[in-house]
Amino acid sequence: MDLFEHQAKELFADYGIPVPRGIVAHTVEEVRTAAEQLTGRVVVKAQVKTGGRGKAGGVKVADDAADATEKATAILGMDIKGHTVHKVLVEEASAIAEEYYFSFLLDRANRTFLAICSAAGGMDIEEVAHSTPDKVAKVPVSALTGVDRAKAREIAVAGGLPEQSLDGAAELIEKLWCCFVDEDATLVEVNPMILSADGQVKALDGKVTLDDNAVFRQSEHEAYADKAAEDPLEAKAKEKDLNYVKLDGDVGIIGNGAGLVMSTLDVVAYAGEAFPGKPSPANFLDIGGGASAEVMAAGLEIILSDPSVRSIFVNVFGGITSCDAVANGIVAAFKLLESRGEAVTHPLVVRLDGNNAQLGRQILADAALPRVELVDTMDDAAKRVAELAAVGA
Amino acid sequence: MAIWLTEKSKIIVQGMTGGEGTKHTRRMLASGARVVGGVNARKAGITHEGLPVFGTVKEAMEKTGADVSVVFVPPAFTKDAVKEAVDAEIPLCVVITEGVPVHDSTEFWAYAVAKGNKTRIIGPNCPGIASPGASNAGIIPADITTAGRIGLVSKSGTLTYQLMYELRDFGFSTAVGIGGDPVIGTTHIDALQAFQEDPGTDAIVMIGEIGGDAEERAAAYIDQHVTKPVVAYVAGFTAPEGKTMGHAGAIVSGSAGTAQAKKEALEKVGVRVGKTPSETARLMREIMQAR
Repeated sequence: MDLFEHQAKELFADYGIPVPRGIVAHTVEEVRTAAEQLTGRVVVKAQVKTGGRGKAGGVKVADDAADATEKATAILGMDIKGHTVHKVLVEEASAIAEEYYFSFLLDRANRTFLAICSAAGGMDIEEVAHSTPDKVAKVPVSALTGVDRAKAREIAVAGGLPEQSLDGAAELIEKLWCCFVDEDATLVEVNPMILSADGQVKALDGKVTLDDNAVFRQSEHEAYADKAAEDPLEAKAKEKDLNYVKLDGDVGIIGNGAGLVMSTLDVVAYAGEAFPGKPSPANFLDIGGGASAEVMAAGLEIILSDPSVRSIFVNVFGGITSCDAVANGIVAAFKLLESRGEAVTHPLVVRLDGNNAQLGRQILADAALPRVELVDTMDDAAKRVAELAAVGA
Repeated sequence: MAIWLTEKSKIIVQGMTGGEGTKHTRRMLASGARVVGGVNARKAGITHEGLPVFGTVKEAMEKTGADVSVVFVPPAFTKDAVKEAVDAEIPLCVVITEGVPVHDSTEFWAYAVAKGNKTRIIGPNCPGIASPGASNAGIIPADITTAGRIGLVSKSGTLTYQLMYELRDFGFSTAVGIGGDPVIGTTHIDALQAFQEDPGTDAIVMIGEIGGDAEERAAAYIDQHVTKPVVAYVAGFTAPEGKTMGHAGAIVSGSAGTAQAKKEALEKVGVRVGKTPSETARLMREIMQAR
């Protein structure tokens, strides 16, 4: 999960990292109040979970409350790379002497953590890393030994930070490491990390990504979820503990196992290219190994409530699960939905393969469910479901 | 022949007394794997599923001669379970558990490295390893395929099963599910190297998916070191940027980690990449038939 800048900075502040004073505002009026409270020059910053907002005009300096109100009028509601600005962070303007870059992140390839530090911060760090890689220090950090003050100083020196910033930077970096570890983050980034005119090293921006797998020991992280931006179908699926991602096509997909479902999306999109309107997947939905009637019903229910769906593909490979159990699950799911008055109205293509596939197919054939077709292979089933979506049957 | 897991392998199960541990211990036993005991510090001394439960991995190894551990403990305890296996220097530790925080897997990996890499870790969040007809450590269904001369390495469980099933008439030396987490113990490259060296393996199926650059690095390795034919499949061409697709590691970040880039990297070094799992199976079938 990615955090908004203001959430990242609140988290930083909890760890004693210096950040500018700031207030979150959702309306122009709130911006005025915030700017009056902060007094003097302020910065109005769009809160969106994407980069490049400065270039998009989402960050503006304002001289006073009236100016801040004017700037906020332009920023609130703005679209930045498909993200609508619903709130801004109003911050006291900082007198910047120098700008640096700093981050801790997970290095998947080397299976370790990495500190990235550069004296050339405040601009596009990817560009700096690309054109002048020697200006960007990448220091591996072991999960076993971590970062103490001495190691933090070493990283700051490697990044080429000047002498007058080293003490402040080392302190900030050490605290940021604590935040990275204690919060189960996979990224903490400060760009720019600044040396202010009065000699203080501060986090002027903040970007944090938290590990969703750690929620069991980070219960307070749930409060960071951006309910407003969540797709309503994804939110509903989450309530039912379903692994669902909304996509923009018209073929509903249910399968077991993340890899198989991802593959199903590809195979359907590939098959769809041959049909008018090029039908493509409407969602990713992994019902896991179990594929019980309840889970199948819950999955079908989510997909049926998606108005863009025109046909549905149930693609199950019986590995641990046997296909007869899955077939019984589908039959029971139909009954369950029918009893709730939510009968399945879309054509459904089912492909069962693997463990007890014959028995599973027999169960479905015997049940003679309306609008259900059995197809033996994944490739043929994908073609058929794309065809059904194309004609809009 | 097989890699890492043979008919001689003696398996213990960490977390055997739990629901998943019990279920899969039964399945492993039914498939003919030599499961010799379990580990649970709080239940040491009892018998479960007809097998002794020991207090520690070390004790279980001493008493049974076990050389493989399969971990089913919940995510909160996985790090300590793996570190215990590493301390005991068990040669192979297969971590099935899904949902392990990445700080924990990064830590137990660093721990294994610091201890001299005496334990091969497979996983976490993986289906395990199966050498059909010989042994089975994990949750891969034993009866969907036969013993043969194809090696398989995959990030995905169900796609592994799919390919094992489609190619069951040729059969497999070993199938390794390495898992879909961002940090894993055994990589595509480790398995490619072992299959290349294994006299019982003639050809290799490699299954990848979006996220990270493991497939690109595997392609570079194949180019330099693998002479046996390799057929690949990559899942996730239609995955949107920034969304996690089921597996914690399956995410396209910006322009990095796309299926297209992985496919291109593999094809560039002469690996044939199937458009669908079935086409991948067909490509392998052609190779095996030509032998």
